[in-house]
Amino acid sequence: MDLFSNAIVAGILLGAFYAAVAVGLAITFGQLDIVNIAHPAFVIAGSYCTWIINTRLGLDPVLIGVLLTPIFFVVGAGIYRIYYAAFERTGQESLSGLAFFFGMMFIIEVVLILVYGVDYRLVSAGYIGGTIEFGYVGIPFRMLVPCVVAAAVTVGVWLYLSRTFTGRAILAVAQDRLALQLMGADPVRIKQFAFGLAIATTAIAGSLLIIIGPVEPSVGRVYIGRAFAIVVLGGMGSIPGMIVAALILGVVETLVGTFMGPSWAPAVAFGVLLLTLAIRPTGLFGRQ
Amino acid sequence: MVDRRLFTRALVAVGALSMAAAGSLASFAAHAQAKQPIKIGFSMALTGGLAGAGKAALIAMEIWRDDINKKGGLLGRQVEFVYYDDATAPAKVPPIYTKLLEVDKVDLVVSSYGTNEIAPAMPIVMRKKLVFPSLFGLAVNDEFKYDRYFQIMPAGPEPKTDWSRGFFDLALQQNPKPTTVAIVAADAEFALNAAAGARANAQKLGLKIVYDKTYPPATTDFTPIVRAIQATNPDIVYVGSYPPDSTGMVKAANEVGLKAKLFGGGMVGLQFAAIQKNLGPLLNGIVNYDFWVPEPTLDFPGVKEFLAKYQAQAKDKGVDPLGHYLPPYAYAYLQVLEQSVQATKSLDQAKLAAHMHKTTFKTVVGDVKFGKNGEWAKSRVLMVQFRNVQPDNLEQFAGPGKRVVLYPKEWKSGDIVYPYKQ
Repeated sequence: MDLFSNAIVAGILLGAFYAAVAVGLAITFGQLDIVNIAHPAFVIAGSYCTWIINTRLGLDPVLIGVLLTPIFFVVGAGIYRIYYAAFERTGQESLSGLAFFFGMMFIIEVVLILVYGVDYRLVSAGYIGGTIEFGYVGIPFRMLVPCVVAAAVTVGVWLYLSRTFTGRAILAVAQDRLALQLMGADPVRIKQFAFGLAIATTAIAGSLLIIIGPVEPSVGRVYIGRAFAIVVLGGMGSIPGMIVAALILGVVETLVGTFMGPSWAPAVAFGVLLLTLAIRPTGLFGRQ
Repeated sequence: MVDRRLFTRALVAVGALSMAAAGSLASFAAHAQAKQPIKIGFSMALTGGLAGAGKAALIAMEIWRDDINKKGGLLGRQVEFVYYDDATAPAKVPPIYTKLLEVDKVDLVVSSYGTNEIAPAMPIVMRKKLVFPSLFGLAVNDEFKYDRYFQIMPAGPEPKTDWSRGFFDLALQQNPKPTTVAIVAADAEFALNAAAGARANAQKLGLKIVYDKTYPPATTDFTPIVRAIQATNPDIVYVGSYPPDSTGMVKAANEVGLKAKLFGGGMVGLQFAAIQKNLGPLLNGIVNYDFWVPEPTLDFPGVKEFLAKYQAQAKDKGVDPLGHYLPPYAYAYLQVLEQSVQATKSLDQAKLAAHMHKTTFKTVVGDVKFGKNGEWAKSRVLMVQFRNVQPDNLEQFAGPGKRVVLYPKEWKSGDIVYPYKQ
């Protein structure tokens, strides 16, 4: 029982972090239909920015992540303009667009290697290493802080998309671009804003990642499969679906890792994904 | 009518002149060949997961090249490197070695860093019957049984079991003796080999294995794994892991409050300065393998001079700033090649291999003698224990006292603190 409770809690903590990594992709891939395979590379860029500021100024990693969001937003919006002008406007976004983001992933990785080298980077914060006990459940702050921040970010993005005019416009542009245009909104600007928002979330996800463990330039590749799987499992474009999917993946991974052996964890987690898609091809919260 | 005798004399003269000219040309070509640089080819992980080690190794190798060229080169010829980035992708290694041999026409080859990058080069190197000095591959030659393979990592004649022998020998010397062991390792070539060796050692010593599992290298959180280990209540925990996992394991062990009496063994990464600095006091008490630490018992001739050069060059390159773990060995495996070429005065692969088998080499990592299978004739896998590590201080690891050598006894610099967390 002790082990089971701890596994469930650890799964929720891990799942919340996965949600922070995947929330931006839920916007770009799920809602804007842009296969941003470079998404995890932006997360690593966020980790590196956090590391630089943390080691030089000693600021808290989470605070750095939050402070970085406007810069990442502007970068994201700029990247979308290039993507739009080069591919989307001419209708070449499917294959050429994929190659564009694939190339961007390598560019980010190589630039990080050239500028900062390939050594492992870590941050320090007072709470890393501590644990809080609730009965027989122990929660490491190294996982709790990312969980709380991830919950705030994902719920915040969800509320923004569902409650504000721009948020609804983002949802609308995914469903009917022409109708949005007829209502006087500029779909390109809306998509640009949404893409910027998605990249802004990677700044925070990056700061959370480097709190959890060490980072080197190529570590983002580990999260490509997981992030896309979470978005698909949740139902393309559904933020609540993405949150639930991330938590399922996290809990299944830790339960299997604890009771069957960690090697089985990804296989069983992705088995759950396949099974869900077999029963509900549109994902957990996807529209039929 | 031309005088026949005159014609014959003219022919002889022309023939002689031609032969003289041809002779001069051949001599000129041979002279030019002799002055051409000796090309040493290799692949190296300069990007991807092993790039941290690969780049550090390259710095060390370039220091050797510059040192040897300053001394006049090998056989009077300057030494030149031809190398390509294998991006830590084993699939890229065979085409790189094919290109090095068929297109670049290198004279000698050495290996990339790490088991996963060395093994794919073996079939190509073996087909050409080349000597293959190798850098940190665990038990690669167990399968190939190639008689021109020479491994600089001091794993010993039985690399799989020698790797963890010290860890288990130390455990069994304690009172009361431990009876149970947990073995956990990453699902990757090196870690699986290390775990297989640990399993064999544990079984041989009569320890009961209460946990024996592997985890995928992409694991983010290690607390569930450490909790599962804790639930089996092992006396000792042997871990075979890569740098990010090692960090995760150490942090999780501290967060969960792991109660094992001995913890560590085969964790890659705890030798790297950046990780040591970040983990700080969390490392105290951990017993882990290493190959060189700045303890007085390991003060080999030339090692400090080499490290001074390495540290000066590593400063702004984003690689391990202290370079204790891999760089001295990356320098030493080229010293082995250098001393063999100088001694045989030849690039003949058979002669080089024969020399490498019979000689004890003097290197910056001490005396190196290879056994029949190309591994070190005698294991020198050190078991070191982290002691009195202070938080956020890189410089402390540059000197002695922080990684005390417990095993083997001829290199020992202190006694074990047991259990690991008092």
